[in-house]
Amino acid sequence: MRLVIPLVLVLALATPALAATRQVDIANFNFSPPTLSVPAGTTVQWTNTDDEPHTVTARDRSFHSGALDTSGKFAFTFAKPGVYAYFCSLHPHMTGQVVVK
Amino acid sequence: MTDPIDRRGFLRCAGWAGGGALYAVSGGMLSSVSFDEALAAPARAFTFAQISDSHIGFDKPANPDVKATLRAAIAKLHALPTKPDFVLHTGDISHLSTEAQFAEAQEILSEIGLPIFFTPGEHDTLDDGGGALYLARFGKGTKGAGWQSFDHGGVHFVGLVNVVGLQAGGMAHLGPEQIAWLKNDLAAVRSSTPLVVFVHIPLWTVWEPWGWGTDDALPALALMRRFGSVTVLNGHIHQILQKSEGNITFHTARSTAYPQPAPGAAPAPGPLKVPADQLPAVLGVREARLTRGRAPIALIDSSLA
Repeated sequence: MRLVIPLVLVLALATPALAATRQVDIANFNFSPPTLSVPAGTTVQWTNTDDEPHTVTARDRSFHSGALDTSGKFAFTFAKPGVYAYFCSLHPHMTGQVVVK
Repeated sequence: MTDPIDRRGFLRCAGWAGGGALYAVSGGMLSSVSFDEALAAPARAFTFAQISDSHIGFDKPANPDVKATLRAAIAKLHALPTKPDFVLHTGDISHLSTEAQFAEAQEILSEIGLPIFFTPGEHDTLDDGGGALYLARFGKGTKGAGWQSFDHGGVHFVGLVNVVGLQAGGMAHLGPEQIAWLKNDLAAVRSSTPLVVFVHIPLWTVWEPWGWGTDDALPALALMRRFGSVTVLNGHIHQILQKSEGNITFHTARSTAYPQPAPGAAPAPGPLKVPADQLPAVLGVREARLTRGRAPIALIDSSLA
């Protein structure tokens, strides 16, 4: 049992480097960058900097942030490769995608 | 409120007014007056009012006190020389669809002391139930997402909802179910009956890059073509714009909370910050005057200044 504890510690330390967090800004009614390519396991965090609420909503509704007011944040971890198209359900002309490799 | 237009003003403006919209300056204040085609006639004279986009809960620099400006709008309604029969609220009652914001808005709006007919804005359908809180409080007796119709003084009023079920990459949306309901509703109405439609997002495409339009407006408008007079009242864009298209005139209203930029005039359509002393001049209320006979419906927009 004494050997297990250091192993767990090593894994815990290694995890942040494996699962990076990437940022998408919501500004001026745009997702920036509109297309983000990330490796599987990446957490994407959206931050709304507009004085207007927005949402981050998957086209297939597999994720939905709810209303993000000014400075509101939403994070989602993309475990599997694929193209994840999303939009703002309040302002549907705002669209973006996360490409997971 | 002073009558914003006199005969001389009418003649001065009529030459360029074109599609039925007139603007007049009265008492140093810009008002707009617009007339619909006088092809249909209400059964009796009456007035109603429109307020829009009160955004209770908004607290950003463009207006840190939206409750105060809503109350100023209510004071404008109370000061009208003719008491309106009722009020239409064309959506965005709240900013974030919370129970607290809806409750606060309802309490303030009750100070109007008149019946109010609502249609939701996209800010009113942000709850997990996609508008359930709105419907419970403001949509009693309505159908679907809040569609409704009623008759008053020989005029048929229709409240549409174009802010739910929005599709990625699109604009506002009515949906086939609501359009089918509309078809059925209008089937019983004679073409000589004036039609007033109220809805949140414009039914005509004001500015597509900002989503200021309705994807499936055309099949709904097609159902209204046979009517002599159709007046479409909406909010959403926080400024007065008007358009005439055959028998249908479209009128967007000012907000009681904050202005937004003219279509395409800014990088984005977010709240527009103006100097605090200029804010009342860009907010406002609307009065609609209907007279007996074939006189047109007059829409009189008054700012809060």
